[in-house]
Amino acid sequence: MEAWERAADVLGIQADVVIVKQPNQLEGLTAISIPGGESTVIGNLAENSKLLEKLKEGVLNGLPALGTCAGMILLSKKSRDSVVGEKKQPLLGVLDVDVERNHFGRQPDSFERDLSIPVLGEKPYRGVFIRAPIIKQVGQGVEVLAKIEEGIVAVRQANIVATSFHPELSDDPRLHVYFLKQVANV
Amino acid sequence: MVSIIGYPFSERVPEWRNGVGVQGTVLVKRGFAHMLKHGVVMDVTNVEQAQIAEDAGAVAVMVLDKLPYDVRKAGGVARTASLRIIEDVMDHITIPVMAKCRIGHTYEAEVLQAIGVDMIDESEVLTPADDQRHIWKWSFKTPFVNGARSLGEALRRIEEGAAMIRTKGEPGTGNVAEAVKHFRLIKKELADVRALYLEGDYQELMLRAREMQVSLELVVETARLNRLPVVNFAAGGIATPADAAEMMKLGADGIFVGSGIFKSRDPFERARAIVEATSFYDEPEVVAEVQKSVDETKSMEGLDENTMVFKMQERGPN
Repeated sequence: MEAWERAADVLGIQADVVIVKQPNQLEGLTAISIPGGESTVIGNLAENSKLLEKLKEGVLNGLPALGTCAGMILLSKKSRDSVVGEKKQPLLGVLDVDVERNHFGRQPDSFERDLSIPVLGEKPYRGVFIRAPIIKQVGQGVEVLAKIEEGIVAVRQANIVATSFHPELSDDPRLHVYFLKQVANV
Repeated sequence: MVSIIGYPFSERVPEWRNGVGVQGTVLVKRGFAHMLKHGVVMDVTNVEQAQIAEDAGAVAVMVLDKLPYDVRKAGGVARTASLRIIEDVMDHITIPVMAKCRIGHTYEAEVLQAIGVDMIDESEVLTPADDQRHIWKWSFKTPFVNGARSLGEALRRIEEGAAMIRTKGEPGTGNVAEAVKHFRLIKKELADVRALYLEGDYQELMLRAREMQVSLELVVETARLNRLPVVNFAAGGIATPADAAEMMKLGADGIFVGSGIFKSRDPFERARAIVEATSFYDEPEVVAEVQKSVDETKSMEGLDENTMVFKMQERGPN
């Protein structure tokens, strides 16, 4: 929430940041963000409340969406866990990528590091990776925004931006600003 | 954004680097706790219960040898769970796995870190090992959660390196009253320091810091944020969906359920219902709907404060 307010400040616009839990709350949104958390939990709750199918419809119809960490997994077409393997979990399946959950390991292996993200300019962006997933494969029409030695960590596909790391945890507003300006056209 | 104030002696705090990045930083530890917000962490004693918890929508599980209710009944010394069981749980579920260690028992925490648990709970449910000190949590790469009954207790634990706070409540009782009491007290004390901060009365804030035995810097930062600088969950005695929703309504960031699920006679329905009630706490119709799926006659047996042999919340150094 704070990350969006900060980005709106940078752009000099007035933004109403609301929490969406039910399908009827999707109406009238300029953009949607699916933040970090546990992808299985968010997916199941959203499926039960019928939010998942409405959201899928919205994103397919062009609603700009930013998915970070668990949000990236939910947007993806295919996901598997690095330890447990294939696991049935509700996904939106709108982003043409294969992700591996918990790629870097458990919490003690979580880390932060500087990333080079050309669309954000030359200054490095501090990425916070928490039990983070990674993108194993991208389909056509998916632009790679950032990668590290281990693989791809940020992508864009038309109205969708997804990251392995948590821009909502750092105080650098550039990724949110990029999303609002370039993807959501505000 | 995660506050990193209360991170003392930054030049002396260890750093862990591998080829990929820097690990165990305050941002990485507190950020992990942020990802659990609005979720339910469930106590489990084996893989089967862990799978039920995961399927029901738990955001993490806490592995114990015995549920708090049984710790009370069994008496004797309660220690960290069998490492084999913890590893077994880690191999079978995809959500984070936490485990408890005894208060002040640094080496129990070391072994939990060595097997790679996602978070360590330095917990009064187990028998405290040191009556003077808690664990110095800054020297661990693994984040810690600690219990608190007041703002001072919460800030002392944060200053020792806790990345997350939960109320102590009274575990294993099925009675939410103590968790409510602790949460309300923390809220009231927060409002007090917030008011002093807005008045600019730094001298009184300094006196409060001395009373609470924490640094002025941490008190001022807490007052500025108008909340604890780490995620604050409710724990201890939560047994029904409405209990969970009540704690969320009071302002908890999420819920720990101990004996409430697997000491009930409808664990799966109850686990699911508590997850939904936690997430939709501000919609009474949804909470009512999920509360229908549990049967009050199947709730865990409550324990009366007057017949309790000891209070877990009073164990360990202050």
